Amino acid sequence: MSEDPRGFTRRTLVRGTLVTAIAASARVKASTPEGDAIGPGAAPLELDVNGAMHRISVEPRVTLADALRDRIGLTGTKVVCGRGACGACTVLLDGATVCSCLMLAHDAAGRKITTIEGLADGGKLSALQEAFILEDALQCGYCTSGMVLSCKTLLDETPKPSRDEIRAAIAGNLCRCGTYNHVFAAVERAAGTRKAAADGAESAFALASGLGPDGPGALRLDSDPRVDKGTADALEAEEA
Amino acid sequence: MATDKTTDKTIDKEKLRLGFNGQYKEKEVVLEEGDPAPWDPSTKFSILGTRVPRLDGRPKTTGEARYASDVRLPGMLYAKILRCPLPAATVKSLDLSEARRRPGVRAVLAIAKPGEKMRFAGQEVAAVAAETLEQAIDALSAVKVEYAALPFVVSPDEARKDGAPLVFEKGPETKTSGGDVETSSEKALPRKGNVVGPRTFTKGDADKAFREADAVVVEGTYRTQVQNHTALETHGLVASWDGEQLTVWASTQSIFSVRDELAETLEIPASRIRVLTDYMGGGFGAKFGPGVEGVAAARLAKEAGAPVKLFLDRREEQLATGNRPSSEQWIKLAAKKDGTLTALHLVVHGNGGTNGGTGASGPAKNIYRCPNVKVEEYDVFTNAGPSAAFRAPGHPQGAFVLEGAMDELAKKLGMDPIALRMKNDPSEVRREELRIGAEKIGWSGRDAARRSASKEPGVVRGVGVGAAVWYNTGGTGPRATVTILKDGSAQVEQGVQDLGTGARTMVGIVTAEELGVPLESVTVTIGDTRLPFGPGSGGSTTTPSSAPTIRRAAYQAKLKLAAAVAKSWKVDPASISFAGGRVKAAGDSNAKHDVTWKDACKLIPEEGISATAERAENHEDAWKRFIAGAQFAEVEVDTETGKVRVLRVVAVHDCGLAVNALTTESQIQGGVIQGVSYALFENRLLDRPTGKPLNANVEQYKIAGALDVPEVDVVIVPVWDGVNNTHSTGIGEPSTVPTAAAIANAVSHAVGARIRQLPITPEVVLAAVEEARSKGGAA
Repeated sequence: MSEDPRGFTRRTLVRGTLVTAIAASARVKASTPEGDAIGPGAAPLELDVNGAMHRISVEPRVTLADALRDRIGLTGTKVVCGRGACGACTVLLDGATVCSCLMLAHDAAGRKITTIEGLADGGKLSALQEAFILEDALQCGYCTSGMVLSCKTLLDETPKPSRDEIRAAIAGNLCRCGTYNHVFAAVERAAGTRKAAADGAESAFALASGLGPDGPGALRLDSDPRVDKGTADALEAEEA
Repeated sequence: MATDKTTDKTIDKEKLRLGFNGQYKEKEVVLEEGDPAPWDPSTKFSILGTRVPRLDGRPKTTGEARYASDVRLPGMLYAKILRCPLPAATVKSLDLSEARRRPGVRAVLAIAKPGEKMRFAGQEVAAVAAETLEQAIDALSAVKVEYAALPFVVSPDEARKDGAPLVFEKGPETKTSGGDVETSSEKALPRKGNVVGPRTFTKGDADKAFREADAVVVEGTYRTQVQNHTALETHGLVASWDGEQLTVWASTQSIFSVRDELAETLEIPASRIRVLTDYMGGGFGAKFGPGVEGVAAARLAKEAGAPVKLFLDRREEQLATGNRPSSEQWIKLAAKKDGTLTALHLVVHGNGGTNGGTGASGPAKNIYRCPNVKVEEYDVFTNAGPSAAFRAPGHPQGAFVLEGAMDELAKKLGMDPIALRMKNDPSEVRREELRIGAEKIGWSGRDAARRSASKEPGVVRGVGVGAAVWYNTGGTGPRATVTILKDGSAQVEQGVQDLGTGARTMVGIVTAEELGVPLESVTVTIGDTRLPFGPGSGGSTTTPSSAPTIRRAAYQAKLKLAAAVAKSWKVDPASISFAGGRVKAAGDSNAKHDVTWKDACKLIPEEGISATAERAENHEDAWKRFIAGAQFAEVEVDTETGKVRVLRVVAVHDCGLAVNALTTESQIQGGVIQGVSYALFENRLLDRPTGKPLNANVEQYKIAGALDVPEVDVVIVPVWDGVNNTHSTGIGEPSTVPTAAAIANAVSHAVGARIRQLPITPEVVLAAVEEARSKGGAA
């Protein structure tokens, strides 16, 4: 987990909603000359997002997540819990992951912000994004932005992560559809460490398509003497 | 081809080969006119059943996918709901005048009326819409409400006692939405205090069978918790009026039921409402209607004369939008000494807060062959948020109990748990699934591995099994339009929505397969009530309702293409065949009458060829069957700390023919992982003294994360049942039915004492360990 320039790791941000909020407001005071304090009304600021400057005006209490979504219109960043517990709002701040729902927009001024929209190079997807698609590491897609960005940071720091390192890297990203195992596979595919054809996924394909090594009917009704095997019997029995 | 004399409809009788695993039986099935015959098991598919990356993978990984919660419109306002802080109260007065004057506020709405009783902490009282979200939040604090607090009860045990505060004075006012199972509101049932029921099911004479001299009997009481759906995208919508026309972007499982419920509530014609759901962030059963919040957004938008966005925050989502009811279930089973089941008695007290709580008897009634069955189900009402349909309503809790009792029975009989199931399971498909799963998990070595597999002291392993059952094969109602264009590409349109299941991709694959064109040349349009009617996504019916409709429309478009080609070539349309990307006329020596698909399409008119088809009736005369499924779990239990780790789950399922092996596997993975989460972690907690929620969030309401998930080995067994033309059934629900059962049985196996409570927390495990030790048992 990388240190962010303020000395907070992402994990501390995740764990300490309250502490972080206090720290963040303290920072505003410390860095703002007396008399120049902003708020409670809207105040202008510039945000550097995906290499473009955005001039907006928001109240000091507006989070970075809300500023990105509602003011700038970059809605790829999602808000799910609003308190740093789920990772859906993950963005990169000077290259390190942060929960944008825990950060005030005004605190992000002068920092380089990367959102999910900034990951593809022009129209070309990153290898990680492609791997997410190919491994079906997404279902509803609502956790995906945060998940991809957490995995990107991991791969930036650890190009060939172990399964345990992947698990740890996305421990703060909740998914309700249950994509985790496919996310592991996607990261390994992007890292070039994916073991092919040795897992249940491949066998599912073989069975569903009838293209298994032994061809259709490779599953045998075999040797359990307790089982009545005739499909005819089953047709009758299950009609009941 | 023949004609039905009574209806004058042309009918087509077709001999189908039905079955699975290379064993098929011929059955004659009546087909509706214009509906293609279900595929034969010998069919060589070009794309169907393979692993197809989903069509919307790109927008979902780039952030371009626009969910309803992402919609921004010019001049759009933000709305927030004020909720009752008390578990039971009468609203004495409600004054919105001050809120209306707050900065930025453009509309206010009273949801509760003075004198109305609020029945749970979190119930909707009023709403405001303002120019910014922050202004809306501020304005809520200016709403003046006076409450008269009333006695309340949040514990189902206390709610069942004589003299408990009544949640409903005059009988329950429950609500249902699409996908809900039966609840007590459906018919007049006896009511005693907060308890309504029983709803009963009787077969044979269970009481008599329990008294038989040779009966081997087990019984026990089991408990399950309240589970929150916790979809990542919360409930909500954006409502925008243009005169009398209402457009809504909703996070919903059923765009058409949102339209119809809004029309009914707002008293405007449904034809003036358009509902759009391009992407949605999960539903799991709780997102069918517009909800209180959706109606409020539409009303606020009307009053303000501006679009309104109202999405709930996480706390509201966990409090008020639905849950899986908790249950107390007493079960008694009897068998002969050879393991033949003779009697089953189940009594369920289900608690769905202010809504129905039962429906847990599905597995007990529908998995095993048993001649004498008695079921009694009661709803227990409490001052808690209402239940809603939740992925296989009633079934994970029902399977946990039935499968626990089956393991206890096996132990008492001295039989292997799988052998006992095999003996009593009428489903040949499930018996095969049990066999496959047992082999993959290493069932025969499970006792030997119990102590030896882990090197850590005090850590034991266990393996357990659970069986699934589900029912729906979809039905009539849906329509779809397929258009073939002059350049050979195709469009398909249906008002179905993709919850993340892969429905959009399914629609494309079925079109591509039937037309014989690459998926890349098919454009799919879904998620709009202006499109032909699509099924709501509940009861695992989306694919079985949609796929056969799509195939029929594509088939008919193809017939029209054949007619156009035949006309141009001056041959009989029946002689035109489509195979291997080519179109040709049979028995025609003219070499020019054998062309590529693209060249054939050049022969059609500029406007293309289009066919709209309706979903045919299910073939009741085909292989009507219940959907089966079996899961096996391997767990590691630390007997010192009580911590359970699920190492591996083998999930063996059937869903007819999987349209897309990749997304089907994903959905099974998801069902298993939600099951792991339900078995070990999730538990909605209310504070008994205050009636207030303790974990309406996702840090104290724990759902499984990346560190908690087991390896999941998915096996899909193709079944050719012929009930619809694509042999489709659903998989969303059956895949989560048996997971908690398998895990509980695995933990019971590991520690040597029965787990009768979910979630299986360290406390529950340590109590079981203690019980096993006191009996001189295993742990």
